[in-house]
Amino acid sequence: MKKNNRGFTNKILEEFGDQSLFFMSFLRNTFKSNFEWNELIRQCYLTGVKSLNIVILTGFVLGFVITLQFQPTLNFFGASGYVPNMVAVSIVREISPVIISLICAGKISSGIAAELGSMKVTEQIAAMDVSGANPNQYLVVTRIIACTIMVPILVLFADICAFLGGYFGMNISGNMTGTLYFNKTFETLVFSDLFPALAKTIFFGFIIGFQGCYKGFHANMGTESVGKAANAAVVAASVWIIIADALAVQLTSIFIYNQ
Amino acid sequence: MNQLIQIENLKLSFKGNPVLKGITLNVNKGENLVVIGKSGGGKSVMIQCIVGLLTPDEGSVKVFDKEVSNLNEEELKNLRIRIGFLFQQAALYDSMTIRENLSFPLTRVLRIKNQKEITRRSEEALDAVGLSDAMNKMPSDLSGGQRKRMGIARTLIVNPEIILYDEPTTGLDTITSKEISQLILDVRDQYKSTAIIITHDMSCAKITADRIVVLNEGKLIAAGSYGALNNAENPFISSFFKY
Repeated sequence: MKKNNRGFTNKILEEFGDQSLFFMSFLRNTFKSNFEWNELIRQCYLTGVKSLNIVILTGFVLGFVITLQFQPTLNFFGASGYVPNMVAVSIVREISPVIISLICAGKISSGIAAELGSMKVTEQIAAMDVSGANPNQYLVVTRIIACTIMVPILVLFADICAFLGGYFGMNISGNMTGTLYFNKTFETLVFSDLFPALAKTIFFGFIIGFQGCYKGFHANMGTESVGKAANAAVVAASVWIIIADALAVQLTSIFIYNQ
Repeated sequence: MNQLIQIENLKLSFKGNPVLKGITLNVNKGENLVVIGKSGGGKSVMIQCIVGLLTPDEGSVKVFDKEVSNLNEEELKNLRIRIGFLFQQAALYDSMTIRENLSFPLTRVLRIKNQKEITRRSEEALDAVGLSDAMNKMPSDLSGGQRKRMGIARTLIVNPEIILYDEPTTGLDTITSKEISQLILDVRDQYKSTAIIITHDMSCAKITADRIVVLNEGKLIAAGSYGALNNAENPFISSFFKY
């Protein structure tokens, strides 16, 4: 039992050490000359534009469902007019950043891990390496930065779609004009709602790209390991997103809301 | 400098399991050296040490008179530019077209920006391997033999002085295998390159080898011409020639 615990601890420490080295390599290669701008733009397109459908749908449904959930309770207290305000704050501060990032972890992180994993298995990464090209700069840096840029943008899209979803939800059983609904939505939101939420999605985007690249780059030499890498990337990215969110909420409470 | 590669007492283990047990080997300029041996005998590991993909536990690997394990990142990159490596499955970048596969080392390694120059060199490399019409195809559109040819073209495009072939004819039919073997010879004549060819295919060894070395369980047990080894009495060596 003791031996098992030691093995588990060693594994965790080894993983931590490997991830730290991978992070250092990412930093080193990010600031090297000959940055791969074209590949970065291509990756932004692949991670951002190609994820737009699922983000729009999820955002819309989130707003719609949350409105339907809030409405009866607030109606009971005679405060149904506050539904847009509550939906706006909960969506922008917490629900949209976390849910959309988890969706992106499932879609983008697994995609990156599977792509890089299969490149590793078929020796394409080794081929880049022995040709004198820099696979870290071309494959890793571009993907991580693309995720870091695009995930916050996707979350903003989801926020807007959630407001629309909320408006539809509000008008299924109630009756509120679009102007009134969106006025209430935007009068509630202040900079301190939007900024921390956007700031944390930058970290979530980084986590998604980083875990996808790390797990893909460390896939073993076998086709089975590609699936395992994709799976591990989603699990690791999701866990880190939840941990980072818990930290972000604490920090926001202390520094922004002074609680 | 007549010896481009000098390997001395090369030892390497994986998780305590010795794979190379003290190999000493020199490769002369312009020579085609064929390495034969059983699977898992350490042949691929040896050439990975030459390009610095693996670091030896003991011994020395010198390429162009430079100790590979002592090179820093930039020096290793400069060394690798002078060495071509053909992987077993050709390792073509499957998300890129053939044109992009060929231009990748030109733009990323040699930093050539001139599009005309890139096109000229790409066409030249494809012509050299007889795949002139494949420029806009994807790697998945190519047959096994064509992929190997394409892999050779991508290797040749940077004019390497040394080419390392890791089982260049594995998985190919007899006719295509002979074509690839002949191509390896043509490449040597046209590009004046030096090569190490790892193979189990004795017809490939017969066509391409100036010299053959035999590796068994991490040790170099024999070296000589095809004719000399063909007549060897050692049962392990002669087993390769009874094909």
